[in-house]
Amino acid sequence: MDLQLLIVIIVDGLIYSSYLFMVAVGLTVIFGVQKVLNVTHGSFFAFGAYLAATLIGVWYNAELPAFGGFLMIFLAAAFLGVVFGLVIERGLLRYLYHRDEHIVVLATFAAFLALEDVIILIWATDPYFAYQPMELLGWTDIAGLTFDNYNLSMVGVSMTIALIMWFTLTRTRFGKILLAVIFDREMSQSMGINVNKVFLVTFMIGAFLGALGGAYVAPTISVQPGIGVEVVVLAFAVVVIGGMGSIPGALIGALVVGISRAASVHLLPEVELFVIYAIMAVVLVLRPEGLFAPPQARKI
Amino acid sequence: MTRFMDKTFWGLTIGLVVILVANFLLEDWLRFIGLQSMARGAVALGLLILWRAGLVSFGHALFFGWGAYAVALSQKIGITDALLGIIIGTIASGLLAFALGFLLRRYRAIFFALLNLAFSMILYGVLAKLEVLGSTDGIGVKQPSYFGITPEGANAHITLFCFTAIIVYIVALAVHRYLSSTLGAMTIAVRENEIRLEYLGYSAEKAIHVKYVFSGLLAGFGGAVMALAVGHVDPDSMVYWPNSGDFVFITILSGTGNVAATFIGALAFELIRTFAFDYAPQIWQLLMGGTLLVIVMFLPNGLWSLTEHLGKRRKSAPSPAE
Amino acid sequence: MTFGIKRSGALFAAAALLAGTGLAQAQDKVKMAVPTFLTGAGAPAFGIPAKKGSELIVRGINEGTLPAPYNTPGFAGRMVDAIIYDEAGGGTKQVTELRNKVQKEKVDLVVGYISSGTCSAVTNVAEELKILTIETVCGTPRVFEELDKNPKYVFRTMNHATGNNVSAAHYIAKTRKGQVKGFVGLNQNYAWGQDSWRDFELAMRHLAPEAKPSSKQQFPKIFAGQYGAEISALLRGKEKLVHSSFWGGDLEALIGQGSARGLFHKKDFVLTVGETVAYRLGKKFPQGLMIGARGPYGMYAVDDPNPLNQWFQKEYRKAYGEPPAQPAYQYAQGILAAKYAYDTAAKKAGKFPTTDQVIEALEGATFPTFVGEVKMALSKGHQAVTDDLWGVTVWDEKRGETVLKDVIVFPASCIMPPEGVASIPWLEGGMKGAKC
Repeated sequence: MDLQLLIVIIVDGLIYSSYLFMVAVGLTVIFGVQKVLNVTHGSFFAFGAYLAATLIGVWYNAELPAFGGFLMIFLAAAFLGVVFGLVIERGLLRYLYHRDEHIVVLATFAAFLALEDVIILIWATDPYFAYQPMELLGWTDIAGLTFDNYNLSMVGVSMTIALIMWFTLTRTRFGKILLAVIFDREMSQSMGINVNKVFLVTFMIGAFLGALGGAYVAPTISVQPGIGVEVVVLAFAVVVIGGMGSIPGALIGALVVGISRAASVHLLPEVELFVIYAIMAVVLVLRPEGLFAPPQARKI
Repeated sequence: MTRFMDKTFWGLTIGLVVILVANFLLEDWLRFIGLQSMARGAVALGLLILWRAGLVSFGHALFFGWGAYAVALSQKIGITDALLGIIIGTIASGLLAFALGFLLRRYRAIFFALLNLAFSMILYGVLAKLEVLGSTDGIGVKQPSYFGITPEGANAHITLFCFTAIIVYIVALAVHRYLSSTLGAMTIAVRENEIRLEYLGYSAEKAIHVKYVFSGLLAGFGGAVMALAVGHVDPDSMVYWPNSGDFVFITILSGTGNVAATFIGALAFELIRTFAFDYAPQIWQLLMGGTLLVIVMFLPNGLWSLTEHLGKRRKSAPSPAE
Repeated sequence: MTFGIKRSGALFAAAALLAGTGLAQAQDKVKMAVPTFLTGAGAPAFGIPAKKGSELIVRGINEGTLPAPYNTPGFAGRMVDAIIYDEAGGGTKQVTELRNKVQKEKVDLVVGYISSGTCSAVTNVAEELKILTIETVCGTPRVFEELDKNPKYVFRTMNHATGNNVSAAHYIAKTRKGQVKGFVGLNQNYAWGQDSWRDFELAMRHLAPEAKPSSKQQFPKIFAGQYGAEISALLRGKEKLVHSSFWGGDLEALIGQGSARGLFHKKDFVLTVGETVAYRLGKKFPQGLMIGARGPYGMYAVDDPNPLNQWFQKEYRKAYGEPPAQPAYQYAQGILAAKYAYDTAAKKAGKFPTTDQVIEALEGATFPTFVGEVKMALSKGHQAVTDDLWGVTVWDEKRGETVLKDVIVFPASCIMPPEGVASIPWLEGGMKGAKC
């Protein structure tokens, strides 16, 4: 295998892994803390993409400073994080925590169905384009091939998210509280931790990350109905491979899938569709709890 | 014998007679909805068995689709008999469930649910890739014959309906019996305290494996009926993950109190969907999702709990785990 | 949000209206069900333009304002009541919906269907229900070659997908003779993408034998949205020609991501349904691409002087503020076919025709359409053939629209298999009987 090919595979793989990580990390955060498999994650992604595309459109139409487009991306995600946190966590999930966890998943599935149509009610079915931030960044030649800087920047954004997460969990008080809640909800409650508040904040962070995934990807795609459905499946696969609820797991899962997919596209494209399923199948059979599953306390 | 002929027995028997008579009077579109309800209801019945053990599968479209494709493929090798086709579809899915059961029986709670989903996605990926099976366009299923006779036109569905109704009746009774038997009662023990059950000398894993195979058989049966009723199988409307969501939806809509409720829930599901689709062509998903949310929030034990409210005062139902 | 609420209010009002007409069941109306994608990924590129085209042509038919020969109001004098509904949800659901529309709402005919998957599922059910069904967009040749070999109630009023890929190969053979050494495919991994590539590759084998297919065909998952690795692989490959049947959001994403990396300067692209997104992307749509419209529709019809076509162009732009793309034409053409059949049958019968008489009138018919004519020539008179056109995109500054240059017309007899021969054997056998 020649060196150029190897470099291209790694670059392509890293870009795709970053995309996967951005798409999956919010899902795993919420699962890790609340033990909720949040199907509305797909809606967060779609809303993020739509709102970012809309705001970017408004921003550039008003001919404001070009780099502000990026500000719009984060603004959209932050706004949605707060709104969905309040609506979905406060308005819905909070009434269901005492119920079976399957019921909670189903409730998020129902909300996801409803939100799919809410998107159509708000934005109708026409696609939205927000290519300006992508044009702004230009391109770079790597190993004789042209890559666009916007997609490369995704690698940086993903790494930043991962670092902030790691720092929060290991170096801050909030991180310690989170770990306590993850390990034993009742016990931490009796120790005086306001679990309700922790849940709300976590959910907002998860929703922010989901929306950020959509918002950051928006300039590279055509934002239109149905984009959330695919994302649920993809995010889910990455999270299962890495280990449900584990942030390093999401990172490793994204890297494994991303690099293997890039390698298959270049070397053996016939198997590309199977790569993600094949990895998932192998992981499921050999290590069903995922590569990095957090330890489970078995209570009697 | 008296224990066998309980309220559920009489309810199901009366139900069977009513729908068999109705079958000849109904308009064809309603009969078709009835057929679909029985097919999806059978899958939900399988989920009910698992549910009693505290397990939920988000991937039973796997067995549904597997059974449906088994019927379609058995026709390709010349098997056109409906009963034979349904048996093949049912057993094919049962075998698949038996094989996967060795892995899945080790998992509980959300992990169990998600592993099922993962396996259904693998099947979806494979089917979408296989051009010999029509890829995403799927393959056609011919009208089956019944012991050598092939009914035409509307008679085809009348016959399939009778046929399915009788099988569903027998299966529902069998499941009802099973759930009230010792082995079936263990399901609740699995949910409540698995370790205690093992100290009593039963193997929780084996009990779960048996249930899993039952649920696979039922889902395969549902898929086989659906394939014959629709006359077509394809991955998007049989195996893709929202289908699995629909089955769980029906289970929740019905409540897990009674096997008969499952079929009422399935019928309600089909009717809601049909009317949502007719009257709100661009926001039917909103109505479906909204309905489900209302049920989850305000009718936690499903539509069946309405009948219990109407009847005598509700006895204290077993509370969910935790 | 108020916007959303208003819209939903309007929808409910529309739904109530529909329910009302359902109850009234006026005898002097023709009820026509029109399935098209109103939600999901198929909606923006296909479903919504198709809906707009249908609404416009039905209005024109009911008001009797179309140019000749369609200038009489209604279908055989009766007003048309179009029930437009969602095609989303897969084959099983569409079979259920078809039954509902026929048996519950008592529609007289169905005109529509975009997805090949839906057509595969509903065709035999339509035959069983004895409902006149005119399939408009779906492309798979299997409908009449495999599933329904003896059609009575089901028709398709445009070329199947084979024709489009054969004419693409012809266009390359004609305009780039000897220049193409190799070619590679980038198609979505589902039935449409797989079929499109197979047809194109087979046709190229005979029409441009010197061009060799790459050993690495790309088949990304449909709706994947991220094509970075595929673009790298194409850029690295030595093949200059790329065949792609991408459509809708996937195509728009590919164009966005590919343009940023110079893909469309470095490679020659054949986009078999590229026309569906070309208007929407405006100036962002790359120049110098070969794009198809599966017949004389949309961008290929824009300057045709036929009065019917001029009416459609003018009224569509007036009503929706955008030019009509191919799905608008293709649905409108299906509805015109129904009008033609009802009117012709009525003339012959001397009164309002029965379904059987309408079918008889449509079987094997040749009727004028927006550009040229449609011949119901194949599959016992149930499968249409039309000419197909290919050209290269160029930006027209004056109009502010993409237009096509170097357009070549391929006659129907050149690109579609002759009666009685299935597509794949025809392609494999070297397209015998084609008259070019």
